[in-house]
Amino acid sequence: MARALVNVPAKAKRGAVIEIKALISHPMETGYRHDESGHVYPRDIINRFVCTYNGVVVFQADLFPAVAANPFLSFFTVATESGVLALSWTGDDGRTQVETANITVE
Amino acid sequence: MPERQTIVIPTRRQFLVVAGGLAVTSTVLPLAASRPAAATPDTMAAAIRDFIGEATVRDGKVKLDLPPLVENGNSVSLNVTVDSPMTEADHVKSIAVFNEKNPQPNVLHFHLGPRSGKASVSTRIRLADSQRVVAIAQLSDGSFWSDSVDVIVTLVACLETL
Repeated sequence: MARALVNVPAKAKRGAVIEIKALISHPMETGYRHDESGHVYPRDIINRFVCTYNGVVVFQADLFPAVAANPFLSFFTVATESGVLALSWTGDDGRTQVETANITVE
Repeated sequence: MPERQTIVIPTRRQFLVVAGGLAVTSTVLPLAASRPAAATPDTMAAAIRDFIGEATVRDGKVKLDLPPLVENGNSVSLNVTVDSPMTEADHVKSIAVFNEKNPQPNVLHFHLGPRSGKASVSTRIRLADSQRVVAIAQLSDGSFWSDSVDVIVTLVACLETL
């Protein structure tokens, strides 16, 4: 599985807007590159990212080949309750990687 | 060796050799044909039309942040912020980013909601040429707002050989 970095604050005040940062190692092969002999590298990108907060979707993104390699995403959500944030990346090959982070809301 | 279907695309070096007037034995396509079907302002307009439907887009509310001068098009930091209270009654539903000259006009579509708290997203994108990048936000009342930035790219992404 690809290496992923997830940055979620461990603690937050109830109702606070928190920033979530997510990075995953992936070449995001566009399908437009070729080598010296003209062979085209087939497209292989992460096309979908979903963040759920205790099972409720709070953020989604559709990615296209124009997203840089090792896609980085930063977004915000409201700290409503203690629980688990699950971040999932789905690739062209259909595989999904899920990373979770716990948050304590006071 | 088994027959393999490959797309022959001249490398930059091959092209320069031809341009220099030297004889090359291999068949070389003109440079224009070597590039994959590139997005154009027209295809971007079509992609935007797909996103907004029949609605009209107004300038304002959206702030698209991109460096005006990009040294490396392979990784360009992008931030889109929309001026919205992000409440149940008034929030940003989605934000889409489009470009004019990459091989494809779409860059990213973000889906937000009242639980986002703040309509601000950041990522890193690729830019294949100096061009205009457009961000459009759809609000919960169905209106569309946009912002655009013209960027100059000195090292382009997407199309180079390895």
